[in-house]
Amino acid sequence: MRKVILTPYLFLISFFCFIAISISAKEEPLKKATFIPQWAPQAQFIGYYVAYEKGIYKKHGVDLTIIPGGPEAPPSELLNSHQADFATLWLSSGIQMRDAGIGLVNIAQILQRSALMLVAKKTSGIETLQDINGRKVGLWGPIFQIQPKALFKKYDIHVKIISQSYSVNLFLRDGVDVASAMWYNEYHTILNAGINPEELTTFFFYEYGLNFPEDGIYTLQETYEKDPELCCAFAKASIEGWQYAFVHPEEALDVVMKYMEKAHIPANRIQQKWMLERMKDLILLEDTSIAMGRLLLDDYERVAQGLKENKLIDEIPDFKTFYKRCDNYAEE
Amino acid sequence: MLRNKGIAFKLIFYILVSALIIFTLIFGYNYIVVRQVISRKIEENAKNLAQATTSRIDIVLRSVEKAPENLACFIENSSYSKEGLINSLCSVVENNPEIYGGTIAFEPYAFNSESLYFAPYFYKCNGEIKFTYLGSETYRYFYWDWYQIPKELERPMWSEPYYDVGGGNIIMATYSVPFYKTVDGERRLIGIVTADISLLWLQKMVSSIKISQTGYGFLISKNGTVVTHPTEKLIMNETIFSVAEARGDAKLREIGREMIKGMSGFVPFNSIVTGKKCWMVYGPVFSSGWSLGVLFPQDELLADITRLNRMVFSLVVAGILFLSFIIASIASNITKPLRTLAKKSEEIGSGNLDVEIPSVKSRDEVGQLTESFVYMKQSLKQYIKELTETTAAKERIESELKIAHDIQMSIVPKIFPPFPERSEFDIYATLEPAREVGGDFYDFFFIDDEHLCFVIGDVSGKGIPASLFMAVTKTLIKTIASKNMSPNEILKRANVELCHDNDSCMFVTIFLGILNTKTGEVLYTNGGHNPPLIVHKGKGGDFLEMEQGTAIGAFEDIIFKTERLVLQSGDYIFMYTDGVTEAVNKSEELFSEERLKKDVNVLLEKSVKELVLNIVEKIKDFSQGVPQADDITMMVIKYKKEI
Repeated sequence: MRKVILTPYLFLISFFCFIAISISAKEEPLKKATFIPQWAPQAQFIGYYVAYEKGIYKKHGVDLTIIPGGPEAPPSELLNSHQADFATLWLSSGIQMRDAGIGLVNIAQILQRSALMLVAKKTSGIETLQDINGRKVGLWGPIFQIQPKALFKKYDIHVKIISQSYSVNLFLRDGVDVASAMWYNEYHTILNAGINPEELTTFFFYEYGLNFPEDGIYTLQETYEKDPELCCAFAKASIEGWQYAFVHPEEALDVVMKYMEKAHIPANRIQQKWMLERMKDLILLEDTSIAMGRLLLDDYERVAQGLKENKLIDEIPDFKTFYKRCDNYAEE
Repeated sequence: MLRNKGIAFKLIFYILVSALIIFTLIFGYNYIVVRQVISRKIEENAKNLAQATTSRIDIVLRSVEKAPENLACFIENSSYSKEGLINSLCSVVENNPEIYGGTIAFEPYAFNSESLYFAPYFYKCNGEIKFTYLGSETYRYFYWDWYQIPKELERPMWSEPYYDVGGGNIIMATYSVPFYKTVDGERRLIGIVTADISLLWLQKMVSSIKISQTGYGFLISKNGTVVTHPTEKLIMNETIFSVAEARGDAKLREIGREMIKGMSGFVPFNSIVTGKKCWMVYGPVFSSGWSLGVLFPQDELLADITRLNRMVFSLVVAGILFLSFIIASIASNITKPLRTLAKKSEEIGSGNLDVEIPSVKSRDEVGQLTESFVYMKQSLKQYIKELTETTAAKERIESELKIAHDIQMSIVPKIFPPFPERSEFDIYATLEPAREVGGDFYDFFFIDDEHLCFVIGDVSGKGIPASLFMAVTKTLIKTIASKNMSPNEILKRANVELCHDNDSCMFVTIFLGILNTKTGEVLYTNGGHNPPLIVHKGKGGDFLEMEQGTAIGAFEDIIFKTERLVLQSGDYIFMYTDGVTEAVNKSEELFSEERLKKDVNVLLEKSVKELVLNIVEKIKDFSQGVPQADDITMMVIKYKKEI
C-alpha cells in the first residue's frame, strides 16, 4: 500500500533534482580578458601568475591572457588603447592618469603599505632623519619623489637630489649617501651586495605618516561598466592567487621563476623569495577585519593630496568614481 | 676479571694494548705533522696561484685603462674638434684589441649649447668597427652607472660586469674616466670617456683553473656578483651573498664581505658544487675591486697521505696480528709445561709421589722449575719414608711408656680406703706424674698390727730413670722396714743400699714416718723432703718443724735422726712433693707453701679424699693451663683415735 502512495512523490523529487543538476552543470562560456603587470615577471606579481597557473581565473570564468610587462610595455598605454583589459598600477599613477583624463578605475588595492624607503649606510654617519640634511640623496622619477619630498618638507631637511638609475651601484660605491629603494627589491639587492642590515639606516615612509600604498588593479571605466562581473571575477581570482601563493610559497616561487626564465630575466630565487615574503607583509594588514584588496579612503586622500601639493594633479578625483569595490568578493 | 685469565691471555692483552697505544700516538703525531706540512704547502701554493692569477688580470685591466685615461688627458689638455674627438676615439677602439667599444660622453650641453646629448660611440661588431651616437629620451646616459658613478665619485671606475644587450651572451665591463675643464677658476666635469671590454678572456682564464679533480676558481665583482663559476646558473644571477642566504651559510657571507673589501685569505670552506670540504684562497683584483676565489678540495689534495695512512694502518694491523701470533706461541711454550706441572703437583698433593714428571730440556726458568719439582718430589718421598719409620718408633716407645706408667701406678697403693677394717685413721694419696712416668712415690704399710709405716719421696730428675729409681727406693724401703725398726734406721739402711752402684748419682728426698695407731704417736725422719703440714683439730695446720735431713742415695755415711710427735684424734699429716708448691701459673708465680697452707686450712672439715682432690683442683685452677712441670704427689693421714 505504502509503495503505491510513495511512488509518485519519488518520481517528482527525482525530476526536480535532475532539473537542478542540469542547470548548475550547464557550463557558462569563459570570458576572454587580458592583463598586464606593470613590470617584468617577478614575485611582485606572483599572485597573478599563480592564479593563472593554478586555473583560478578559469574557475572564476575568466579566460585570461597575461601580456608580458616591462619597460617597453607601459600598462597605462595598453589600458588606454584597449590592448589590455586589466593592469596593475601604483595608486599615485592611477590617480594621476584619472586626473589626466584617462577613465580608469581601481577595482582592488593589493598593497596596503608603501614599500618605498630610503636607505643609508651607517658608515656615512647617518643614523637619524636629521643626519640626511645636506647629503646627496638618490631619487627615482617624479612619482617616486612625492613621498621623499614631502618627508623632507615635513622635517625641514635640505638635500642634494641625484637622479637614481635602476641599479643601486651608485649607492654601493658611495656616489650618494642616501638611496631610494623598494623594500622588496633594492633593499635586498643591497643586502646581497654584502652590506649587513645592521650596517644600514632605513627610513620607511609609512612610519612617517606618508603611507602611499602602491600596486593596485585597474581597468577602464567603460570596461567596468560593460561587465562589472568580469572585473570583479578578475579581482577576486587575483586575490585568491595571492592567498594561494602565501600558503604555498615554494610552489609559487617555482611559477614565478618559470616566467622569469621565459622572459630571459636573471632569476635569483632567494631574491624572489624575499620579495614574496615582503609582498605578504605589505598586502596582509595587521587589522584582519579589512578585506584584502580594499582601498581605504584615508590612504586615497593622503596620496591624492600629496599629488596635488606637488602639482602632479589639478583636482582630486572623486573617490567613489575612482574606486569600485570588489574587495569583499574574496570573502564569499 | 683479568685476574682470572691465563698468563697467555694477559701477555697478549697487555702487550697488544701497549703496542696499540704506542702505535696510535706515533701514527697520530705523524698524521698531524704531515697534514700540517702539506696544508702549509697547499696554502703557500694557493696564495701564489691566487696572486699570480689576479696579477695577470690586473695587467690586462691596467693596459685597458691606459687608453681611455690617455684620451681623457688629451681632451682635458687640448682644444678639440668634433672630428678630432671622433677620430681619436675610433683609433682607440681600432688599435686596442681588448677594447670592444668606447665612447666620449659629454655632460648636458657641455659639448655645445644646442645638444643635450653628445656621445659618439664606436664598437666592434662581427670584426667591423661601427659607429653610433648614444643618448636619447629612452637612453639618458647621464643616469647610467657607467656615467653617473665616476661622475659622482670624481675618479675613474670599473663598472660592475654586465651582459651586453644585443651582443650575445658576453659579459662586459666598462672603464669610465671623467674629464674636466677649468672654467672661471672652477674645475667642472665635462664628460666621461669609456672603454668597454669583453670579459670572455677573464672567464676563460678563471675557468681554466683546475685544482685536482674538482677544485675550481671563481670570480666575483665588487658587489659580490658571480662573474665566473663552474655552475653556470650562478653567473650574473647570484651574488656570493645570495648564495650564502640560500644555503643559510653565515660563514660564506663573512668570506664574501672580506672578498669585496679587497682582503686576501685562506679558509676552510665546503664546495658549492660538490659539497666537499675544501680550502678556499681568495685575493683581490686591485684595479677593478673584484675578487678571485679558488677552491682546493681537501680530500683530493690529501689523497696521498690518506693512501699512506691507509697503507700504514694495514701494515700495523698485519704487524699486530703477527705480534699476537708470536706472543701466543711464546706464551703457550711457557704455560704448557707449567700447566703440566700444576696437574702433576695436584696429583702429588693427593698423595701420589710416584707420578712421572715430564722432562724439560730447556735451561730456562721453566726448566729449572721442573728440575726443582723433580728434586722436591724425591725429597718428599725420602722424608715421608723417614717420617713413617720415626713415627713407628715413636709409637712403640709411647706404648712402652704407657705400660711403664701403668706399672708405676700399680707400684703405689691405689685402693682407698686401703684398710677398711681399720678405723683409727683415714688415709688418701694421689700421684700425678708430669710425664708418662715420674720419680715421685708414696707408700704405706703395716709393720705390725699397730704400726703403720708411711713414706713419701721424690727422686731427683724425671722420666724413666727417675721412675726406675723410685721403684727401687720404694721396694727397698718396704723390704727394709720391719718390726721395731726406727725410721732413721730404715732410711740409713736404704741409703746404704741405694748408694751401692749408684753410678748415675741419683738421689731421693724422702719423708718416712711410723704411726702408732693406738697412741697416735708418730716417729719420723726426714731425708731432705718438704716439711709436711701438721693439722691439729680445731687449730689449723702448720708446717712441721724438724731436722731437714739429707736426701738418700747420694752419700753413704749419712746419719738420720728420728723425731716424734703425737697426733690427737682428728689431726692430720698432709704430705706432698715439691710439684705441689712449685706449680706455676702464666705469670710464673709459684703455688707456694703459704697458699697450700691456706687452702688446706679452709678444707679442714672435708674428708681426706675430698681434701686431696680439692687441692688438686686448686692447683689446676692456679696453673691456668700451664703444663705441669713436675710430678704432683700428696698423701694425707687423719688420725682417729678410738674412744
